[in-house]
Amino acid sequence: MKLRTLTLGLLSASTLAFAAHAESITIATVNNGDMVRMQKLTEDFTKANPDIQLNWVTLEENVLRERVTTDIATKGGQYDVMTIGTYEVPIWAKQSWLLPLDKLGDDYDAKDIIPAIAGGLSVDGKLYAAPFYGESSFVMYRKDLMEKAGLKMPDAPTWDFIRQAADKMTDRANGVNGVCLRGKAGWGENMAFLTAMSNSFGARWFDENWKPQFDQPEWKNTLQFYVDLMKADGPEGASSNGFNENLALFQQGKCGMWIDATVAASFVSDPKASQVADKVGYALAPDNGLGKRGNWLWAWSLAIPAGTQKADAAQKFVSWATSKHYAELVASKEGWANVPPGTRSSLYANAEYQKAAPFAKMTLDSINAADPTHPTVKPVPYVGVQFVAIPEFQGLGTTVGQLFSAALAGQSSVDDALKQAQDAATAAMTEGGYIK
Amino acid sequence: MARSVTTQHKTIATVAAWIVALLIFFPILYTIITSFKSEQEAIQGFSIIPSGTFESYAEVQAQSGYFKFFFNSVLLSVGSTILALLVAIPAAWSMAFSPTKRTKDILMWMLSTKMMPAVAVLFPIYLIFRDTGLLDSRIGLMIMLMLINLPIVVWMLYTYFREIPGEILEAARMDGASLWNEIVYVLTPMAVPGIASTMLLNIILAWNEAFWTIRLTTTEAAPLTAFISSFSSPQGLFWAKLSAASTLAIAPILIMGWFSQKQLVRGLTFGAVK
Repeated sequence: MKLRTLTLGLLSASTLAFAAHAESITIATVNNGDMVRMQKLTEDFTKANPDIQLNWVTLEENVLRERVTTDIATKGGQYDVMTIGTYEVPIWAKQSWLLPLDKLGDDYDAKDIIPAIAGGLSVDGKLYAAPFYGESSFVMYRKDLMEKAGLKMPDAPTWDFIRQAADKMTDRANGVNGVCLRGKAGWGENMAFLTAMSNSFGARWFDENWKPQFDQPEWKNTLQFYVDLMKADGPEGASSNGFNENLALFQQGKCGMWIDATVAASFVSDPKASQVADKVGYALAPDNGLGKRGNWLWAWSLAIPAGTQKADAAQKFVSWATSKHYAELVASKEGWANVPPGTRSSLYANAEYQKAAPFAKMTLDSINAADPTHPTVKPVPYVGVQFVAIPEFQGLGTTVGQLFSAALAGQSSVDDALKQAQDAATAAMTEGGYIK
Repeated sequence: MARSVTTQHKTIATVAAWIVALLIFFPILYTIITSFKSEQEAIQGFSIIPSGTFESYAEVQAQSGYFKFFFNSVLLSVGSTILALLVAIPAAWSMAFSPTKRTKDILMWMLSTKMMPAVAVLFPIYLIFRDTGLLDSRIGLMIMLMLINLPIVVWMLYTYFREIPGEILEAARMDGASLWNEIVYVLTPMAVPGIASTMLLNIILAWNEAFWTIRLTTTEAAPLTAFISSFSSPQGLFWAKLSAASTLAIAPILIMGWFSQKQLVRGLTFGAVK
């Protein structure tokens, strides 16, 4: 009995000693399907790294952005790994808020990361965040409705074709809207779509001297086209619709076309969730023949704040979560269709992935068609396709988004919205010291 | 005739009250209904008959352990309420029984702090918490919740104490009661209903507080507000899971509110019936 007690005591003591020795890292993330899956699969990581414990903090996207920004700006040290996007990475890296990822391991194969994505996450040639999943935007359309309209969607449509197709597909009596587009105000909501769209119309946020360009005809053409198209063929209350609202409409068969994130393809083609899963076709985002398409580029990525005390453990985790091995792990547990898309070239060369994900080629083509360093037809002083990578953009982008959303809702005219956007942008740029 | 008119008025008033109550309660009811649907059912449009599946609850529990968040919510709401009462009871007694010419101004000033937007002081508070090591700590959050609810607690208790007639206290003194006996045997028994309803309201306010509880916590001190927030997704329709998480988060406080509704209503309407 005494021996048993002693053995139990020793075992407990050694467990406690081990627990005390184990390093715990805190990871801040969003509740997207791929992130949730990662949390479920972490046993694979902790088995290989028994000295590292993982604590997860999952937050709503806007709250996450606010929390990690507060934490990193004040060096709060609450997180060791942060999930951030292509907007934050160049700004934070330049502020020296992020650690360069130079210890990802010999077998990590950083060159396999899709160049357009790696470019958006690097500063001066150094990678500051590893992409967990990447996306562009493209056209998702109903093949049956397109056929009924007597049209054939080209692989690379123009905006004029989109308008013509939307007009023909709209059947309000049967609840079908020709096209569903984002209208909800926000720099990451309607302004992601409209900024990318404006690139294909030859518009830009600022000229080479940071002078706002909303008073130029290219922006007028963009916004007028968008408002007219949505009024004629968009769903009711479109000014409140973001990604999730349009996803629900498309899955219920209420949209002929939807131009949005490539990551939506796996949702709309999932027969468990979508009523139109077997009727969806894909095409590149539209253009106007000016050399730029209206598609964006985004990657949810894992970065390590400079204030962390556990940089080595954090890099080990980032390396595991964004590795080829992780893709194979997901494929073995949940099938190739569920592997996080848009980060590694090798995934798109994989025959099994191509078979499981019919949208794979179009996704890769869309990502490759975006160039964050040269996003517009005319030259610009900024980086970013659907955003401008300056700290002022979050606030300004949302203000302009509210003005454009009001124009879509009919609360103001296109001209008024553009004039107010020009005034707001001029004020923000003057205050920021970009212009006098 | 007069009686039938009165009955008719009563019936109309009852029906109107039920309609208003249902309208107010419907979002909560629909959240509970949606939590028993599958994700596919949840997005298929309006329906008040769920398939009755528990899969969302199982997934919510598997994805992020509910009980840790629940325990924190209980600890933070009860702890902050006790702290608030410890500070507010002496303050309210002093203002009710020994008022000065500045008492009204102090009360108004206390209430005015509730009118300030919380986000305006986010950075200073965050820095104080960082420098004092209180980030993600239960004690830090208890103090924060106590401070933000203190004006309401003081006001409610002050209103209660003002209702207690001074003559009773005088009578006690005439009978030779000491200050201690006066407080313990005369004032406290008379104020218990008021303190109880203030306590209940404060627990509800602390339980539902979402701004600071999300922003000052990460893993250790995170309560149910952080638990709900973790199920909101920017890319993906997880309405059934979000509804299940919301139902789990509001259920305890809803049940507590149901059982203590008499005290709560009395507490909330006390000042208005004077």
